[in-house]
Amino acid sequence: MEIRKIEVPVMADLFARGEKPEYLFWVGCAGAFDDRYKKVVRAFAKILTHLNVSYAVLGKEETCNGDPARRAGNEMLYQMQALQVIETFRMYDVKKIITICPHCFNVFKNEYPDLGGKYEVINYLQFLNRNIEAGKLKIDRASLKNISITYHDPCYLGRANEIYDEPRSILKNLTGNLVEMHRNKSFALCCGAGGAQMFKEAEKGNKEVFIERTEDALKTDAKVIATACPFCMTMLTDGLKYKNREQEIRNLDIAELIAQSIDL
Amino acid sequence: MTKQIVFAFALLITLGAFSFTINRIVRFFRFTRPAFPVKDFGKRINVMLTVAFGQTKIFRRPVIGLFHAFVFWGFCVIIFGSIEMVIDGLSGTERALKFLGPVYNIILASGDIFALLVAISIIIFLSRRLFFHIKRFEGIEMKKITHIDANIALSIILLLMVSLLAMNTGYIEYKSLTGESSVGLFPVSSVIAGFIRNGKPENYRLMYEASWWTHILLIFLFANILPYSKHFHVFMSVPNVFLSRLDPLGKLPNMDNITREVKLMLDSSTAFTTSSTGAPSERFGVKDAEDASWKNYFDSLACTQCGRCTAVCPANITGKKLSPRKVMMDLRARMKEKGPLMVKNGRDFNDNKSLLRDYISEEELWACTTCNACARECPININHPTFIIDMRRYLVLEEASAPGEIKALFNNIENNGAPWQYSAEDRLLWAKDLEINIK
Repeated sequence: MEIRKIEVPVMADLFARGEKPEYLFWVGCAGAFDDRYKKVVRAFAKILTHLNVSYAVLGKEETCNGDPARRAGNEMLYQMQALQVIETFRMYDVKKIITICPHCFNVFKNEYPDLGGKYEVINYLQFLNRNIEAGKLKIDRASLKNISITYHDPCYLGRANEIYDEPRSILKNLTGNLVEMHRNKSFALCCGAGGAQMFKEAEKGNKEVFIERTEDALKTDAKVIATACPFCMTMLTDGLKYKNREQEIRNLDIAELIAQSIDL
Repeated sequence: MTKQIVFAFALLITLGAFSFTINRIVRFFRFTRPAFPVKDFGKRINVMLTVAFGQTKIFRRPVIGLFHAFVFWGFCVIIFGSIEMVIDGLSGTERALKFLGPVYNIILASGDIFALLVAISIIIFLSRRLFFHIKRFEGIEMKKITHIDANIALSIILLLMVSLLAMNTGYIEYKSLTGESSVGLFPVSSVIAGFIRNGKPENYRLMYEASWWTHILLIFLFANILPYSKHFHVFMSVPNVFLSRLDPLGKLPNMDNITREVKLMLDSSTAFTTSSTGAPSERFGVKDAEDASWKNYFDSLACTQCGRCTAVCPANITGKKLSPRKVMMDLRARMKEKGPLMVKNGRDFNDNKSLLRDYISEEELWACTTCNACARECPININHPTFIIDMRRYLVLEEASAPGEIKALFNNIENNGAPWQYSAEDRLLWAKDLEINIK
């Protein structure tokens, strides 16, 4: 076994060399700035390299696509950001976009077309599942030792875009012990961070949403809570800390679980 | 002949009162704003068949959903008999549609069976409301009057079913005792008749006639109560499902008026040529009932306050003030209040009140996570989140009002291109020292 350094390809550099990648990998703000979530992006970048995918990131040219502004009611700011991003995409002739953040995915897929930005938008779970099914991404189930995993559906993959099967199909390749929370799929409870809640304190109530959801996960006795969204990860990791269970139960992203299982 | 005249008179009053009420409600639609264009009829019919007639979303709560499905399917079948009763009443015939033969028998037999199933379901619904503490039926928006409203409607439906069964029972017994041939099949009523077989033919005739009149007059009464009740959904829910928003739940509608402004700002060459000489500037977002789209208003009229939305709302579950059901109820109530004033004084009339703040507080609006659980759950495809966001849009775009942290979020996006205060220069730090094992 040898260790090789990965140089993450940047769109501007590729263009300067006259190359054009197949995919734009949209890292997102959480991927760029959230220390915990950076590890998820690293894991996914490793998988992309492992699969020899032709991709590039925007790097310093990436900017917020406007989603949180839009959900917080600031349509003006959203559209300014969106038109700016669409212009960047046009410059690099972007056709296919891979996102990890479900919120970014939703905006690109469903909302940018209204502003003239039409792309083939694919979420990383769809991408990973496709590669597993095509036999390109081979997962060794033994590596996770049948550890019990529960999956928390992010609202913007689940209800918003009806992506329920891909994450479960991937996880069944990782473990024979996938357990469901009692509220799952279209019934799943939000982690509490959607709709720009991530960036503010919750309104007065008698409980935090993330604690309610963490309790759902704890009831399954799973050893791993698998998430697929940066905000869900923050919330559920906080929930585990609040419940003093972060030592025994881990909150990992599906990309991390895959990277771990194939020892990238 | 007297019977026909009395009947025609009753029908006339019913239709007159009904069109008066419906007109009062429908005329408020002209104050509403456009929503999506209604096209894709194939898709719409499909949604209507599955969600409305197939009751698919009702079955998300399978047990109680089944009883609702009985009531709904029962109504679909029994309405055939009601139409026949109107024909009979006007023309003095008896069972005018009997020429349909076997089809007629099947429909009447199903109606007879469903009458019992609906009655049982309604008794269950009533007991749930009267004797059990169902959390879904509680909440700040659930006043005493809303409970009374529900119980009145349920009681009328129960009476409708009892009178229908009594009518059928009287009919078959009277016919069999007098040796006249009867039409239609009545499996349930035949059993009931078996239990009480000891009267004179005239008594059964009286039972038949009295139940006939009770049933049809109750229908007339019910039809006229419905538009004032939460049970307006009897009329509104199927059309509401047909008019569903067909976009993925995650998609918010674009504000085209903002797009125009932003494009003007970004492209200075058009700044003076396409100045705002067109339509009068419209308020951004929703502040009051007239800012709602026709679909929002339709949703609010179709809402039956079942509370399935609120029961799955993460904010509501954790004790926050937001209740998606309340948002819909508030819109309907506000339009009922302001609609007549706008009819009299024009759309711009200001009564110094508004849907926002006087009905729906900012605290409620900012508690929404846009998780779409409410919209996913609504049995008749009401969309609450887009309406909540439209009110946030008003707050932010017209009043620059938002919680402090949200304002900081806007500043960060504007200045750093990220929701947090980090520089774009650092966007690739995650990729530093990235290594992979090659096997």
